[in-house]
Amino acid sequence: MNIHYELPLEEAGYSFGFLDEYAKKEVRRTILKAICIPGYQTPYASREMPMGRGFGTGGLQLTLALIGPDDTLKVIDQGSDDSVNAVNLRQFVQLTCPGVEVTEKLEEATLIQSRHRIPEVALTEAQVLVLQVPYPDPLVVVEPSEARRKIMHAEADYSRLLVKLYEDIVHFDEITISHRYPTRINRHYVIDPSPIPRWDVPKLDQSPALILLGAGREKKIYAVPPYTVAEPLVFDDVPFRVEDFRDEHGQRRACARCGAIDSFLDEYSDDKNAKIYQCSDSAYCDGQLAQHQQQEVKA
Amino acid sequence: MSYVAIKGGKAAIDGAAAAAEFLRGHDDSGEPLKLSAIESQLRLLTSRVVSEGGLYHPRLAALAIKQFQGDTLEAAFALRAYRSTKPRLLATPVQDSTNMRCIRRISAAFKDIPGGQMIGPSYDYALRLLRLDLADENPEAFRSIGKTFLAELSEADLPDSFPKVLDALRAEGLLPPVTEGRGEPFDITREPLVFPVPRSAALATMARAETGSLLAMAYSNMRGYGDVHPTVAELRVGYIPVMVPHPVTGEPMEAGEVLVTECEVVAMYESGKAGSLPTFTLGYGACFGHNEVKVISMAILDRALQKGMQEGPVNPSEDPEFVLLHVDGVDSMGFASHYKMPHYVTFQSDMDRLRTTQGKARDADQAPQMEVKA
Repeated sequence: MNIHYELPLEEAGYSFGFLDEYAKKEVRRTILKAICIPGYQTPYASREMPMGRGFGTGGLQLTLALIGPDDTLKVIDQGSDDSVNAVNLRQFVQLTCPGVEVTEKLEEATLIQSRHRIPEVALTEAQVLVLQVPYPDPLVVVEPSEARRKIMHAEADYSRLLVKLYEDIVHFDEITISHRYPTRINRHYVIDPSPIPRWDVPKLDQSPALILLGAGREKKIYAVPPYTVAEPLVFDDVPFRVEDFRDEHGQRRACARCGAIDSFLDEYSDDKNAKIYQCSDSAYCDGQLAQHQQQEVKA
Repeated sequence: MSYVAIKGGKAAIDGAAAAAEFLRGHDDSGEPLKLSAIESQLRLLTSRVVSEGGLYHPRLAALAIKQFQGDTLEAAFALRAYRSTKPRLLATPVQDSTNMRCIRRISAAFKDIPGGQMIGPSYDYALRLLRLDLADENPEAFRSIGKTFLAELSEADLPDSFPKVLDALRAEGLLPPVTEGRGEPFDITREPLVFPVPRSAALATMARAETGSLLAMAYSNMRGYGDVHPTVAELRVGYIPVMVPHPVTGEPMEAGEVLVTECEVVAMYESGKAGSLPTFTLGYGACFGHNEVKVISMAILDRALQKGMQEGPVNPSEDPEFVLLHVDGVDSMGFASHYKMPHYVTFQSDMDRLRTTQGKARDADQAPQMEVKA
């Protein structure tokens, strides 16, 4: 121990984007490779971020490597801009990227980082969507060894995954995969599209926006480039089905707040234990509500 | 119909931080912890954090311990995150632990070793009886501990460097010779682990692994899920001078020193390469700070993993992927913690699947039994 050592009390502050420049360069190179090989899980030396592994460190490294002072960032978690984790990530980016604008409005954003949802309104070519990924490999449900999974991916051997889907149908008369639905990209690699609901999977197909997926703990980056085919794994005679929001009479449930009948709904119980359904995408819900109010004013 | 407010995330985060900070300050003594006290009096805690944080900075480790109220996982994590902001300016050449200024070195293999056994600071043979006199320690008596100890110590007893026990075994031909030119070591902070990985990647991963995780994996091997049967040839603790090339002349110069614990275990012998005699095999463990259980665990796992790499894993502790991807404290604690975050969307989706499946099962139960026509 050096008894004369004193901690520098005025740390010079963090560089733009927190990560050192070599780290950002490495992430950007990995992104390029991921775009060139759609759906391929590109390994990279993921850095430790000041929030927990599993809290979006992979997505955050993508965001920090891409963001510049001209960008406008939107961060959502569970569809909401004000969810605790979204607030935390957004504050961190604001702290380490001076000059970057943040927004809750989808149309204003150039970069969108999200956990578990793709916004209801279609993205544009001018936008990049970053998804946070806990498990990058869809084969993990049938094969625990990464080395063996890598070979299966290279050979596009997804037979065991198809057998799992088939067994589901035999046991339950339904495919039981609820979210993280295995999706084939550009007709080769099958990806885990992150824990988005099945509702969001069709949005991956032919998306005008670049979609990047980052798994910090598992140290992988993969991409669904713009206008790329993305097909959920199904059988010819068993169609892919999104979440069903019809009530017992077959009526589509509406959002209790804005009245939308075309959005993914969260289900809550109120104090009297009655069920409430509300848009998961809070910016979409706000937008719908504002439209109704405008119409009321006009009327 | 009522609905749920969709604002409030920021207030919740700020409130949580304030409540945690309240508990940090909630101390009747009214004395904030001094970093020097943590670094010195809780030196083993600091050691654990520098080792798992993978950053040799005991003062910052002490700060992290204070800030995270003694949580070793969080403190090591904070050091790692700090490390992410620093570029890699230089890679040191391989350091020679023969130059270690030992404060302790022992061998379980031989009664006497060149240079002698030096038991040094250890609780190995201490009786685990609570010393109630420490509960209310007299500051003057506390201050005199160091003075008394040093006054009774002769200059000749001060720590020095020692030859390595393994060198003697190697000279006798009981160990395989050191092979030179093994290339650049794998830098786990700059390259992802893509299996199979070289031994240097395994060693680096274990050097900053979480102590408990490493111990559990190694213990499974010790108990019978494996057969390393180690003998501690040498365990040493001390300061290694860090040599780096001089920026102008290229000559090695000492840039500082780091406290390191190192362990070399000798394991069952195996047949040599064609034409050579069988020799003992080795397992190696080393990490920052004073962490003996960690380096013994690491040395056993190193041997177990080498076996798994050569012959294929038979036990979990011999499987490089199983061991190396599950011992990192930052990764594993982060993922365990993340389950506390909102999972409303995925759970909604889970409920949809279960309800649909239940509905189908119910319909099937209620369907009238079809008559089978011949």
